[in-house]
Amino acid sequence: MNIGYYPGCALHGSSDDYETSVRACLKALDVQLDELDDWLCCGATAAHSINQKLATALPARNLGIAQKMKLDRLFAPCPMCSMELKKANDALQNDEVRAEMEKIVETPLSGSVDVINLIQVFQAVGYDVIAEKATRKLEEFKPACYYGCLLTRPPKTLQFDDFEHPTSMDELLAKLGASPVEWNCKTVCCGGGLTLCDADGVAQMSHRILKNALDSGANCVVVACPMCQVNLDMKQAAAKKLGLAADVPIFYLTDLVGMALGMKPSQLDVDRHFTQTKLTK
Amino acid sequence: MGTSKRDWKTRVETLAHTRLNDCYQCGKCAAGCPRGVSMKLSPTRLMRAAQTGDILEAAESDSIWRCVSCLTCSARCPKSCEVAGVIDAMRQIAIEENILSEDAAKIIAFQKAFLRSVRKNGRTNELEMVADFEIRHFLNRFDLMGALKDATLGPKMLGKKKLHFKLGSPVKDKALVKRIFDKCGVKI
Repeated sequence: MNIGYYPGCALHGSSDDYETSVRACLKALDVQLDELDDWLCCGATAAHSINQKLATALPARNLGIAQKMKLDRLFAPCPMCSMELKKANDALQNDEVRAEMEKIVETPLSGSVDVINLIQVFQAVGYDVIAEKATRKLEEFKPACYYGCLLTRPPKTLQFDDFEHPTSMDELLAKLGASPVEWNCKTVCCGGGLTLCDADGVAQMSHRILKNALDSGANCVVVACPMCQVNLDMKQAAAKKLGLAADVPIFYLTDLVGMALGMKPSQLDVDRHFTQTKLTK
Repeated sequence: MGTSKRDWKTRVETLAHTRLNDCYQCGKCAAGCPRGVSMKLSPTRLMRAAQTGDILEAAESDSIWRCVSCLTCSARCPKSCEVAGVIDAMRQIAIEENILSEDAAKIIAFQKAFLRSVRKNGRTNELEMVADFEIRHFLNRFDLMGALKDATLGPKMLGKKKLHFKLGSPVKDKALVKRIFDKCGVKI
């Protein structure tokens, strides 16, 4: 299966461990990634906080590149990017907006690119196909599947899973032999992009999530977002100061699927996570 | 300035694509807001300020910048108001009118540094962006402790190869990025 690929800044920045993991895992599933030529940043929170037009223009430019490359399906592993791309695609359904955006981003725009997230790539491959290819069961994993904000919100734009109680990640990992726990913080925000500029606020938000995961019997948290990974993993020391009782290993979804497919953690860059990744029983 | 409260209200509605009068002040947005505790004005009160056209007063508070854009408020609104979109609209107006909340100075400085990096490179360059943000924030507020606290993660990030010099290589067509920013009228 061939699919358009928009890595986004995080995966070409300090979250490039996620890109290693995504590429290794999808290669094992015969998914070929065609990266967009000269893609731009999606604008993220900064753009929609400061200039609404820019918040549509930046992702729209990327959709135009996808269109030029004849990629009708575009995969963005970062939920912030995929949400912004999808929101821009929705905005382009309005003729006036589309005409204005074509002038701004200097490329024709059809508003017809199908943007998908990581879980939707796994769904396109098929959970049963993945389970068949798996060479080992993830029996020791009791993950708290963490969806965060932008895999399911805004629900009108994304139309993906249940925005209060999503289960798509839990279902995939259960099929691969893991025992996902029921917990309360599946869609509670980790603090997102305020990591650097409101560190104390983000520590409190991450602490609440990590504590609930432990209290619910999880031995790790699984994410599908580079920003969630940073806040829960890299900044976990701050949550410890607020009373978090133990280390909580944080895995990308592709780490666990990759391990089920027989890959070593080091092939997935798991050894580059901050918090140790040994599981407690 | 001659801009009436009604004009401000219309401006927010246009930017946020929502009808402010739909909000009946039930408080559900505030109840679910993960940042509510740190806001002087809760999302419900920000919605009320938008309804009455008291945008500039709301823009002065740090509350609009404490919002982390998790979209819980918009997703749960029983009247489908774009609460987070209204907050975004207020932030844009605050930037355009140069109304800067003292308490939220660090958050505003970060969002601007982020966009400056994108304007220059087409993508964020984390090292450059963080340096820009920390230096400007330090020069503005003399917040040395804040800058040092952020720097403590540096060595471990180097050890885990989370920082390296290939970080965020720029786009080929940088001129196009600047044209896009200019055509959108971005003020940073």
